[in-house]
Amino acid sequence: MNTLLNLLISAIVNGTPLMYGTLGEILTEKTGNLNLGVEGMMYMGGAIGLAGAFYYSKFAGANANGILAVIIAILLSFLAGAAAALIYSFITISLRANQNVTGLALAIFGTGLGQFIGETMRVKEGGYITVSNELKTYFYSSPFPAFLQNIPVVGKLIFGHSIFVYLGILIACAMAFYISKTRYGLNLRAVGESPATADAAGINIMKNKYLATVIGGGISAIGGMVYIMTIAGGVWNHEGLAGEGWLAVALVIFCLWRPLNAIWGSFLFGALMILYLRLSLPIPSEIYKILPYVVTVVVLVITSMRRKRENQPPESLGIAYFREDR
Amino acid sequence: MQKTVNKAPLFHLTKRPVLKARETWAIRIASFFVAVIIGCLVFLLNGKNPFAAYGNIISGSLGKVTSLRQTIRIAVPLLGTALAITPCFKMKFWNIGAEGQITAGAIGATFFALTFPDLPAPVLLLLMGAASVIFGAIWAFFPAFFKAKWGTNETLFTLMMNYIVIGIVKWLQGGPWEGKPGSQIIPNFSKNAILPKVFGIHCGWIIVLLLTGFIFIYMNYTKHGYEIAVVGDSPNTARYAGMNVAKITIRTMLLSGAICGLVGFMVASGAHQTLYHSVADGVGFTAITVAWLAQLNPFVMIIISFLLAILDKGSGALQTNMGVPTSVSDIITGVFLFCMLACEFFINYQIIFNRKEKKEEVKA
Repeated sequence: MNTLLNLLISAIVNGTPLMYGTLGEILTEKTGNLNLGVEGMMYMGGAIGLAGAFYYSKFAGANANGILAVIIAILLSFLAGAAAALIYSFITISLRANQNVTGLALAIFGTGLGQFIGETMRVKEGGYITVSNELKTYFYSSPFPAFLQNIPVVGKLIFGHSIFVYLGILIACAMAFYISKTRYGLNLRAVGESPATADAAGINIMKNKYLATVIGGGISAIGGMVYIMTIAGGVWNHEGLAGEGWLAVALVIFCLWRPLNAIWGSFLFGALMILYLRLSLPIPSEIYKILPYVVTVVVLVITSMRRKRENQPPESLGIAYFREDR
Repeated sequence: MQKTVNKAPLFHLTKRPVLKARETWAIRIASFFVAVIIGCLVFLLNGKNPFAAYGNIISGSLGKVTSLRQTIRIAVPLLGTALAITPCFKMKFWNIGAEGQITAGAIGATFFALTFPDLPAPVLLLLMGAASVIFGAIWAFFPAFFKAKWGTNETLFTLMMNYIVIGIVKWLQGGPWEGKPGSQIIPNFSKNAILPKVFGIHCGWIIVLLLTGFIFIYMNYTKHGYEIAVVGDSPNTARYAGMNVAKITIRTMLLSGAICGLVGFMVASGAHQTLYHSVADGVGFTAITVAWLAQLNPFVMIIISFLLAILDKGSGALQTNMGVPTSVSDIITGVFLFCMLACEFFINYQIIFNRKEKKEEVKA
């Protein structure tokens, strides 16, 4: 029982960065923009979020307020991702360049910039970048009072997580509501499914695409920050994000472009990533680690074979829209 | 109603009539310089002299014969992979799985290198090459088959295949092919399994140059090349003309995977002389941008892959001489790619300002 509980808890910890990455990319893809630069945006979010928390704690010294540090890290990482997504949006939406290529360019640029900032900080600050232990606890301890966490069995499972878990779930619910229950969400989906139709109906294509991509990029980037501050322990290391961004792209497919699926999907992927540490299995651990990708491929193939309309990728995914094209 | 008329946008865009080659290249070269200038800003922001930095990049990558050789060694797989992707991209089949197909090819080559290390070099190398081609093609077959049969999204499929094969290499490294127990490293190839050098660089560069010519002819002067172009422009037209789109899709992807596999053989046998999980080292992704920036023109790819190789190699010199992290090469590469991608817009579209026309309308 305890093993299972611990497994669930660490699955949630490991899945949370993925949840942000995935949610951001879902919003982006819903408008027909396939932004393959998630890894780059998450790197930037990670490096800049850490930089924000680090320099804040350095300047504020002993009076550093943990909650403020968390807010600064969230804001800065969001802005970093939004800025990166803005470059992508400008090149693909306004200048109509190929989305795949631009996304890959963003992945190269973003990982480069993230590494660069991380490395430069490390050299400047004497080899080791980390936030004070006191501040760190604000990043991974639960915002709920102790008596709630002490409820037997479910206490830790429901109330014991970092603030980011709850924020992520909140974003997922808000996004699900927005996309499927509001008019604006309908417009957004229309843009992704058939931009020409949406355009004829008077929906502003540019505005929808830009907003969704930029906000989506920001949300994805928060995931990078969450990874660095929680899983990597608030330290910048050479490994960086270790492919989280690409896994997020996979998870978007696995979730069938639905924000609510991203919640349990990311926890499931989180579990798949760490299960080999907890259970001794007959399969080698490296083979085990590719399971998330294999599962994604299977989902992709099955959905395309079954051709259920509501499970398909947005119709115009990856295609630039130009009104005068036929 | 009046209001909507007033809200007419300031300008609108139309497709340009085809520009002259000279003008097109003028725009591209201008955007290259824009990228160089933005690169200057990156160095300035970091408190480094941009001229010294660029000087370091150039001298570090081209200054000595040894460094020039290393630069070419970086350019070889980039060019080879860009060539491999070309037919797919022409067909608008977005194969972003080159990374995985390279790795799969490297696995095939390594299998023979480890199993028959004592075979005479020509036989062994041929076997390794053949195996790499087959492995690369197999890895490309799955996404192509599902795309042709059920329209499965190939971008996402090929992307996933990359991580699957990389995971397999990690397993081989720590499991069946591990050298010293616990080392997580596959032993180096025997002498016979290493590509011979020509002018101090493994002979992959000759293969790649031959491939450049082959792809150019294949794309422009063969029936296959023509079919690929038609399917890319309009699958319906292709069907109407009696072409078997599924067959063409699978055939083209097999070719692409086969060449990627061959590149995998070259990097494993020529450059690293062993197999490890990042044997492809991002080449599969960077090559996509190379192919795209070259407008799928094989000869232009030579220039662009060489340019990116200069940046890559030169950034090493930047780190040792000026203390700039090597990741700066990724930033500059990114900036360079963004500018080149953006400039295509100005080649394909023109901006027409609406104001004048509107006044005339009012007068009339």
